[in-house]
Amino acid sequence: MNAAAASDIADTRPRVGPPLWLLLELTYRCPLHCVFCYNPTDFARTGPELATADWLRVLGEARELGAVQLGLSGGEPLARDDLEVIVAEAHRLGFYINLITSGIGLSEARIRALKLAGLDHIQLSFQDSTREMNDFLSSTRTFELKSKVAALIREHGYPMVLNVVLHRHNIDHVGEILDMAERMGAQYVELANTQYYGWAWLNREQLLPSREQLQRAEAVTNSFRERAGTRMKIYFVVPDYFEKRPKPCMSGLGSVFLALAPDGTAMPCHAARMLPGLTLPNVRDSAVRSIWYDSQAFNRFRGDAWMKEPCRSCPEKGKDFGGCRCQAYLLTGDADNADPVCDLSPHHDLVTAAVARAQQSATVPKREQALVFRDHRVSIPVVTERSSNR
Amino acid sequence: MSIVSDTSRLVIAPGMRLQWEAAQDAHVLLYPEGMVKLNGSAGAIMSRCDGVRSVADVITDIEKSFGLSGIGADVHAFVALALERHWLELRE
Repeated sequence: MNAAAASDIADTRPRVGPPLWLLLELTYRCPLHCVFCYNPTDFARTGPELATADWLRVLGEARELGAVQLGLSGGEPLARDDLEVIVAEAHRLGFYINLITSGIGLSEARIRALKLAGLDHIQLSFQDSTREMNDFLSSTRTFELKSKVAALIREHGYPMVLNVVLHRHNIDHVGEILDMAERMGAQYVELANTQYYGWAWLNREQLLPSREQLQRAEAVTNSFRERAGTRMKIYFVVPDYFEKRPKPCMSGLGSVFLALAPDGTAMPCHAARMLPGLTLPNVRDSAVRSIWYDSQAFNRFRGDAWMKEPCRSCPEKGKDFGGCRCQAYLLTGDADNADPVCDLSPHHDLVTAAVARAQQSATVPKREQALVFRDHRVSIPVVTERSSNR
Repeated sequence: MSIVSDTSRLVIAPGMRLQWEAAQDAHVLLYPEGMVKLNGSAGAIMSRCDGVRSVADVITDIEKSFGLSGIGADVHAFVALALERHWLELRE
């Protein structure tokens, strides 16, 4: 979605397409405690979860607007015992339904019921960076559980898609991770480097890998690709801190993506709750149509009128939309600034400094660095780079 | 792709779903975490790839439905592209 068309003189607001992509974070409940979880660090403070009837109503309203891709995540979506009901209604409406899960709670009975309800796709992810990954690498309990779930996924005719979040403490094990994935019968593996929001932002100094680690991991991945051929397709997502141009986050906020938090809060991206000055509407008291087209939160970053320099006059603004608003806010304290990942940003040094610190501390023994595990007992407000003075 | 002949039969690849989206006034191809909006001719071809009709049947059917002729090469070119992108699969 580009800026307002020049020919459109009467109305200079950007033209708004439908919310093609709907993400329902059905619950913040989760059996895991991942240090890189993007859920808000004060998630324990959010209100009660929507009831089944609310979710079903929202699905209908969004589908009517043209939503067609549906993500079901959380937390752990399997923690909702009405997941099958939600999937069945989504399928009836014509959504393409992706379940994003840790696999915990995915029994034979549930996967059969989900398949019957019309679930299209499952992405099995590895979540907990330390305990679970250690378990995984040492072939203990978790590996057995994941293998069992992976087998269930294949037996029910789904492609076996595995997502592993990478960071400083596991990126050196990419070779072992890929071997394990192969033994599990994975057809697609996404090696996704951590993105720094929520709990991951809190732990950024402990999670950012060094440039050498990253290069080694990419080399290992490439040689594995050569060996495995087309049997297993591997995506390696480089952390954007090491890039010179920002990611086109959500194809621009309010362009195609609509996320709903467990309590019904509507957000133009998963992490938007942190952005100051956004009045986030809630599906409990607003229709999806008015949320998408009329609300302040969804109009705030449409088009390019909000942009500052260097974005405003940048020839690439239609390509990356100034990058990520949350990253701009976390790093510079102002969500209207260019994403500092961009080397044209006057704040790019904040990113290079973080990368430089990662170079140094990659040699510091692990136990000397405190990681904060996602836990409902720990409720932490958002701290930006400026306010923390890190 | 030389493996496709007029007698080949094709289906939408597993994990993909083709459907008409009124909101976009187009056929779309849905797959995990993605979507392709098809143009008119691509939609016409893909929606006829049901594993029963051969490529020749698809060509004849489209020519009849739209009052066209001589589209064989275009259909073959699109099918080759769709196979390469794993949108379609050959049925034995």
